[in-house]
Amino acid sequence: MGGKPPEGVRLIGEDGRRHDGRLPHELRPIHMEVGVLNNADGSAIVQYGRTRVLAAVYGPREPHQKFPLLPDRAALRVRYHMAPFSTEDRKSPAPSRREIELSKVVRESLEPIVIAEEFPRTVIDVFLEVLQADGGTRTASVTAASLALADAGIPMKALVGSVAIGKVEGVLVVDVDELEDMYGEADMPVAAAPDLGEITLLQLNGVLSREEFSTALEMALESIKTIVDMEKDVLRKTYTSVEGGEQ
Amino acid sequence: MESEERQLAGRIVVPGEPVDDAGGEEPYVASVGGVRRATVVGMIRESEEGGRTFVKLKGVYIPEPGHVVIGLITSVGIMNWFVDINSPYTAVLSVQDFLGRPFNPAVDDMSALLKVGDYIKAKVVAFDKTRSPTLTVQGEGLGRIVRGKVIEISPAKVPRVLGRKRSMLQVLEEKTGCSIFVARNGRIHLECPNEDLEAIAVMAIKIIEEEAHTSGLTRRIIKFIEEERKVREV
Amino acid sequence: MSITPFRTPIAPSLVKEAYLALLKKGWRPGDRDLKTPRNLKIETGIIEKAEGSALVKLGNTQVIAGVKADIGSPFRDTPDQGVLTVHAEFVPLASPMFEPGPPDENAIEVARVVDRSLREVGAVDLPSLAIIPGEKVWVVWVDLYVIDHDGNLFDASMLATMAALLTARLPAYEESESGEILLKRGTPGEPIKVNTWITTVTTAKIGGYVVVDPNLEEEAISDVRLVTALDSGGRIVGMQKTGMGGLTTRDVERMIEYSIEASKVYFKALEDSIKR
Repeated sequence: MGGKPPEGVRLIGEDGRRHDGRLPHELRPIHMEVGVLNNADGSAIVQYGRTRVLAAVYGPREPHQKFPLLPDRAALRVRYHMAPFSTEDRKSPAPSRREIELSKVVRESLEPIVIAEEFPRTVIDVFLEVLQADGGTRTASVTAASLALADAGIPMKALVGSVAIGKVEGVLVVDVDELEDMYGEADMPVAAAPDLGEITLLQLNGVLSREEFSTALEMALESIKTIVDMEKDVLRKTYTSVEGGEQ
Repeated sequence: MESEERQLAGRIVVPGEPVDDAGGEEPYVASVGGVRRATVVGMIRESEEGGRTFVKLKGVYIPEPGHVVIGLITSVGIMNWFVDINSPYTAVLSVQDFLGRPFNPAVDDMSALLKVGDYIKAKVVAFDKTRSPTLTVQGEGLGRIVRGKVIEISPAKVPRVLGRKRSMLQVLEEKTGCSIFVARNGRIHLECPNEDLEAIAVMAIKIIEEEAHTSGLTRRIIKFIEEERKVREV
Repeated sequence: MSITPFRTPIAPSLVKEAYLALLKKGWRPGDRDLKTPRNLKIETGIIEKAEGSALVKLGNTQVIAGVKADIGSPFRDTPDQGVLTVHAEFVPLASPMFEPGPPDENAIEVARVVDRSLREVGAVDLPSLAIIPGEKVWVVWVDLYVIDHDGNLFDASMLATMAALLTARLPAYEESESGEILLKRGTPGEPIKVNTWITTVTTAKIGGYVVVDPNLEEEAISDVRLVTALDSGGRIVGMQKTGMGGLTTRDVERMIEYSIEASKVYFKALEDSIKR
């Protein structure tokens, strides 16, 4: 983070628009699809602009390998992983320290909403593969995981969605992409369940004043509501076409 | 028929959405933050008893005592078999239960009784999520499945294949000549007069699974079976 | 892969109830109120062979930070800057919960949160760590060693890192005629230039309450924690929600408020440790 963007790129133009033409509060074009994999119990693909994440849920199930099961609830097992071809330079498929940390924060963004107590001694696997990384891979992962869990029929208190707020050239912006993340002053990923008013992921990389932080959090929660509404729509549409229900 | 089926259609609700006054069973409907909400994707429709009810469209099979299930033998223990019942939990069937008498390792050969890969029809005796579900094959119609075909559908779709008051199942059996047993865990056992009729019955069940809740489904299934029989000349 | 952990140590439900009753009155065991960190001691220069070092005792939690420097190549995208790497080891002697083996997700999380808190704000002056820009730079390692775990490893690790960096002296060196850099280990050279002082403050949510600097027992009964990195001007320079629960906006606002206040205690202790 920090440094100067490439020649000819204006992070914030004179018209107040971002390098890709978005206004500060605008999300990238978001695309969601549910039930995209045959084998998985639940699956989804989520795109935030060029960022593309595939999610699959297996379980609740008895794990194949020996594994310390929890006596009073299902264990959530989350793997966030980037495909080798997802980045500019090939990413080694071995899990990096970043991926290990993100697997943890993504798992902890799902723990508050999954009703795991229903399935003691089982494991619920959430596999996330970043197919293309262009900023916001963890936030798109949380959104994809939320949809895949719903698609798998895992009881959950509510849906979660996620977005990152950035600060570029002093301006708070919604849903930062890779370029803005690279040259911006701050990047704050947030996940939340709007139906419950609960924040389930909160990280900040960069510098914000106390006031900027409150504004950024508010912006994040507003965008997350939009994203979760899209999740609801795509679930309704998917099941309407399959089940013939009315929306 | 038409009006009865139309009632099956309803409004789709998603996890976290309030279900208001609609009935529904835990944990698929749960009180979260003081509001009764759906926890899985489902549908709110008129219930058979009147009023509105939440019906889940997704979900795994959780065994309950008394359920008849179709299980697949996956491994053999010292005194019991481990049985895949299409659930997060593997079930256990004891040799003693299978024999209906005490097991004598000197005389009885377990692998001659049931092999890995065998299907059984069994009743759930006990289950409380802290221990594996136990099964019994003592009872009419229970035991090893020796002929026919077993297929699998989503356990959440079992009520749709049965139909209201088992009306859909009746149609399937009458129109295909098959004898069909639908187990609670989403496995279905078919015994048919011939392979063509079996294939037709399987296809019809898959259509029901995919198009459950659409109106006019029973009529379409009848039409499908009749046309297929004409094409295949059976 | 990240897996729901066993709740360790298991907090007896009686403990939680008694604890909540105490919190209600605004107190914690040991005469601590909700906003006050535990007794904090920082010793620097405890490892003579390291370029910089510190031992932090935060209550019963003890963390050592060791700074080692070597000469290496810069990263391709930052040819004119030195390299700073933070690494954390939860060694098995520190807790019955720690197992031998490579760092697990918790150790990696601590190291990365400390690293980011320094990096994002440019706390360590990386350009000044360039010896021959584009060719030879200082590669600085901060190795965190948790030796006794009684909760809040984030704050103890950040304090130890800061104290070790602030007191570190790079080895003296000579440039030979052929342009080779010859290190004179044991002869202290330049200090590491630190532009901004940073601390993290960890707050935990227990029931409906927010407490600063949770100990292990408090972590065990807490639902969720928030690590807030702050500079001495009260700017937020990093943040990490950690743990299985969720937070409301109100929780977060309160946690930040408490954190800014508690950071002053940490900064004071840091200052005192440097003077000595």
